[in-house]
Amino acid sequence: MRRNLLEKLFVICLIVFTNAGLFAQNNEGQIHGNFQVDAQIYRQDSAIGADVPPEKMGLNTYANFTFTKGDFSAGLRYEGYMNALLGYDEQYDGVGVPYRYISYQNDGLSITVGNFYEQFGNGLLFRSYEDKSLGYDNAIDGLRVKFNPYKGVYLKGFTGKQRSYFDVGPGIVRGVDGEFFINDIFSALSENKTQVILGGSFVSKYQKDEDPRFKLPENVGSFAGRASLVHGGFNLSGEYAYKYPDPSADNGYNIKFGDALLINATYSQKGLGIYLSMKRVDNMNFRSDRNASLNNLQINFIPAITTNHTYSLAAMYPYATQPNGEIGFHGEITKNFARGSTLGGKYGTNVALNFSRVNSLKTTPTVDGTGYESEYFAIGDEIYFQDINVKIHKKINSKWKTDISYLNIIYNKDVVQGLAGYGTINANVAIADVSYKFKPRHSLRVEIQALFTEQDNGDWAMGLMEYTIAPKWFINVSDQYNYGNSDDKLHYFNVAAGYKKGANRFQLGYGRQREGIVCIGGVCRNVPASSGFNISITSSF
Amino acid sequence: MKNLLLAIFLILVSNSGFSQNIPNVQIKSLENKIVNTQDLFDGESLIILSFWATWCKPCIKELDAYNENIIDWAEETGVKLYAISIDNARSMSRVAPFVNGRGWEDIEFYLDPNEDFKRTMNVINVPHTLLLDGNGKILWQHTSYADGDEYELYDVIKEKSSK
Repeated sequence: MRRNLLEKLFVICLIVFTNAGLFAQNNEGQIHGNFQVDAQIYRQDSAIGADVPPEKMGLNTYANFTFTKGDFSAGLRYEGYMNALLGYDEQYDGVGVPYRYISYQNDGLSITVGNFYEQFGNGLLFRSYEDKSLGYDNAIDGLRVKFNPYKGVYLKGFTGKQRSYFDVGPGIVRGVDGEFFINDIFSALSENKTQVILGGSFVSKYQKDEDPRFKLPENVGSFAGRASLVHGGFNLSGEYAYKYPDPSADNGYNIKFGDALLINATYSQKGLGIYLSMKRVDNMNFRSDRNASLNNLQINFIPAITTNHTYSLAAMYPYATQPNGEIGFHGEITKNFARGSTLGGKYGTNVALNFSRVNSLKTTPTVDGTGYESEYFAIGDEIYFQDINVKIHKKINSKWKTDISYLNIIYNKDVVQGLAGYGTINANVAIADVSYKFKPRHSLRVEIQALFTEQDNGDWAMGLMEYTIAPKWFINVSDQYNYGNSDDKLHYFNVAAGYKKGANRFQLGYGRQREGIVCIGGVCRNVPASSGFNISITSSF
Repeated sequence: MKNLLLAIFLILVSNSGFSQNIPNVQIKSLENKIVNTQDLFDGESLIILSFWATWCKPCIKELDAYNENIIDWAEETGVKLYAISIDNARSMSRVAPFVNGRGWEDIEFYLDPNEDFKRTMNVINVPHTLLLDGNGKILWQHTSYADGDEYELYDVIKEKSSK
């Protein structure tokens, strides 16, 4: 059901009244916001399998308005999909105001009604967030209360329904969370060198059971505990989450409990950083609709603990979290060799070594409805993903800067993308990114990338040149060439130019987009191949 | 009906007499302590807020440039720089070792893992830098980073600090 009429009324009221507040009374209420439009005009390009949709053009637009005055704030977001860009779910259709809220905070109490984003701990039980490039938005529509009753005590509670495109999901989600800063609570410990933070949360969902065959649990509860310990440069933190049986489409309607464990340990001092992370996840899909799939109506967020690469070819095989079961590790050492040292040279050298690996759980099938049992710290035989990479950053002189990266990636395409018959890909990627400053505000950046693999589409090479005149202009030209493909050695040529002024950015591009996966935080979206013109405008005010 | 009520409530809000510009959101220090964004503002100093993430290449270049310059800028104009990382649970623990390993000693860092502060400041993409006065009023902002953008920021800081 659309709520368009009322939403429109709301927009008009907001604008009229807030304007009245701003101009008539000059009492320092503020309106801020932002605006974003991404449009693409599609071109038939059968070589890469890019089809033109019937509407010929895709356009996503978003506009946020936030009004604040003193302890009050109110806001809304207009969204329009005319039609949604290819790769976004077709349920993003038309226009509306799917996000609006009003909130008040005073004396440590904060109340929000309407839509809000929130996270408990690491999000293992609950995280509502939005990411437009993923088309992801599971904002809660309901009530949230945050309360800070004493120094060092932070409490939160909420209840509501989750956003699902222009509607809300069928289930209700509710939860409470407490975070306790021990050194603040007990004044005797305030000067202690070891800082301890404890936290806990409870989240449950309710969805009516309408299944004619099974008696499914209508309420599913979950709880989590977390602790963080900081001592000088050491930081150790962990969170454990447990979910009661939650039969759903994700887990084949099994009645096994779910759980997740995330531990991070870091050490850092001047010029050195060490990071270690471990994660184990078992049957932890948690949605407010037991029949939902893809990225819909997820209550929790299981972060991928692998490096998030952004160079085009390094991002060819990104990992996506497997909430049904995985166990993984991630470690990184970052070292800055100071200027003047042997390895540092005149301007210093920065080196990062990084390793991550994710495997299946070790499971044995069971005959009751739980489906399987898993051994806790045992690592399963199947590799889902591995990434070994090294990055070197070096400023050569006041004009030249370089970044060199090398990656070795093992990518289980069947598991990560939920396919069959593609097997596991082993790829090596080398990247050089060099920039040269002609004048203080004029610089040229060149990227050379190569990806080598025997599997999938074979080898790729890429070149990119970008010329910028700070702070306003840029132009870049790039080509990705799939020269190792035995069927079709395709070029993906792109050109883009843009103009920026303050917080306004305007970009125009033309070219081919290869089919691929966009991932953020381990949540991914497939993007189909496309070809044509694209326009992007962003503005903040 | 709900929206009508909200709208009516807004009339009340916009006619009440509060006045304050400073954003009021909870972020975290690198030691996981909760910090209210109001505490970043002292009523006097100019504030640079730079939104970034460990996975964002231009952000890293930008912070390299700021780290090279901020001591001089601060001495000259009293400006303060806060870098707000929007790394989520996937990489927020990595921020502290990353900034130390990178050698960024002269920047104060905070975490905004669910992007509450980013949303409040209406930032769309990182990197995004804002210059605010000591009362939270936005004087200037800039999105994305190209080599040399820091000169423009410096010019603006000088201009605004001399007023």
